[in-house]
Amino acid sequence: MADPEIKSYEPVHENLSAAVTESRSARTVLMTIAFVFLGIFLLLPLVIVFKEAFAKGVGAYFASLNDHDTLSAIHLTLLVAVIAVPLNVVFGIAAAWAIAKFEFKGKAFLTTLIDLPFSVSPVISGLVYVLLFGAQAVLGPWLKSHGIEILFAVPGIVLATVFVTFPFVARELIPLMQEQGNGDEEAALSLGANGWQVFRYVTLPNIKWGLLYGVLLCNARAMGEFGAVSVVSGHIRGMTNTMPLHVEILYNEYNAVGAFAVASLLAGLALVTLILKTILEMRYGAELAATRGH
Amino acid sequence: MTTTPAQAGWRFKQPSVIPGFGLTLGFSLVYLTLIILIPLAGLVWRSASLGWVDFWRIVTADRTLKALEISFGTALIAALINVVFGTIVAWVLVRYKFPGRRVVDAMVDLPFALPTAVAGIALTTLYAPNGWLGSLLMPLGIKVAYTPLGIIVALVFVSLPFVVRTVEPIIEEIDKEVEEAAATLGASRFQTITRVLFPGLAPAIITGFALAFARGVGEYGSVIFIAGNLPKVTEIAPLLIVIRLEEFNYPAATAIAAVMLAISFAMLLVINLLQTWSRKRYG
Repeated sequence: MADPEIKSYEPVHENLSAAVTESRSARTVLMTIAFVFLGIFLLLPLVIVFKEAFAKGVGAYFASLNDHDTLSAIHLTLLVAVIAVPLNVVFGIAAAWAIAKFEFKGKAFLTTLIDLPFSVSPVISGLVYVLLFGAQAVLGPWLKSHGIEILFAVPGIVLATVFVTFPFVARELIPLMQEQGNGDEEAALSLGANGWQVFRYVTLPNIKWGLLYGVLLCNARAMGEFGAVSVVSGHIRGMTNTMPLHVEILYNEYNAVGAFAVASLLAGLALVTLILKTILEMRYGAELAATRGH
Repeated sequence: MTTTPAQAGWRFKQPSVIPGFGLTLGFSLVYLTLIILIPLAGLVWRSASLGWVDFWRIVTADRTLKALEISFGTALIAALINVVFGTIVAWVLVRYKFPGRRVVDAMVDLPFALPTAVAGIALTTLYAPNGWLGSLLMPLGIKVAYTPLGIIVALVFVSLPFVVRTVEPIIEEIDKEVEEAAATLGASRFQTITRVLFPGLAPAIITGFALAFARGVGEYGSVIFIAGNLPKVTEIAPLLIVIRLEEFNYPAATAIAAVMLAISFAMLLVINLLQTWSRKRYG
């Protein structure tokens, strides 16, 4: 088959490469469709958030942010993320270690269960905790007699957030650690390292960028979750209102500048998340899991 | 399958020198059980204890059926819209070179990063009768905000990345030689795409569709602002659950949630089977 004569047809081969793309007009049409679609559905919503936030000037923007209820919503959102994200990081690392480093029965089933929260409506994610801890619920009366508040309080908001952000870190780490295999760890063990040392000095450096990637996505969802948190929070102003819930309250009060000012902070967070995520993909693409997105 | 002596006994785990299996698996299982499984089991148990008669009465109530229909119907349409445009976007992002490609590619993940409530108020403002897009559509007689169309718009937004992100890597993997072969054999570009390339992309497109659909069915935050929330017209099932909860009608909330969960899982199962089938057929 490797006939030397074929080489003389090289120019023809290049013509064929041109046949592997669409005609100029088809390309223009496809690109126009893609850009118009993304422009309408992605760019315009983002632009309108900042436009509405600054509709009455910079002064009004900062004045609406410097409000007691808004500040307490920001505080609560940060608090919830600071508790929920590390919990899911510990779980993500433990689950990835067990699933990626060992072969055992029921592994595929366990992986499916970890993904479960993604296919549950956020509202149902909140509802399950209301059924568990609410006044009419199994644990409700017992909790009440012991003065423990879970529902309509911070613990409930944290639980609902943990539920919806549950898979993020594990999903990023499992394929990554499976790809990397056990070779490095086995080498370290044979050189006399103990289990903790193997994790700290061998595995963690290998997975650090993937871990950061998972944390980034987990945090974005934790700070932005609306449905699940809305069900368990009770919407007590200045007490159990997170930023997304506060956006809703302000919006329903026809306080557009206030609502969009808080929304602009969340949109800023989303943009920062996207920028960091892109940097990670560009710089350390090889050290992230092969599967992109989620 | 020959059974060697080593495999004869029932073995839970294959031997490995790596430490920490018991600790990490044990912790994972306890955490999973406490956070996910017990609460979900609680929901199933509560709806089971309703009894068939009550359960059936709640689920077949007119308002419930309409809400389920609206949720699943709009999610289906939104997922189909994303199949068409998401595949085009993925194709353009992988195959064409243009300035700012990296930025556009990063932007596709915006719906994952932007909180749904923010998306909800932004889309409502855009599509309201006096909004940028709403005022353009108004003379054409198209009302988006506070109609079922608004729900579809919100769901297209939140589920936009799924199709793009599942199809993109598969387009990247396409071997150019396959296309060259098709071209040499005299296929037109259109034939190459529809007959040669598309079958290879089908499993990824179906996966993207399934993910987009599942996400759309459960979506709440972005929809409630733009929908108008009129019972039987623009009231989605998750909202009806919230309304029942606020009325302290726990049985109704539980029953609707159980039905939603069951339908979602059944559809995911069907789509999984469809995917296995298409992988075998076109794989």
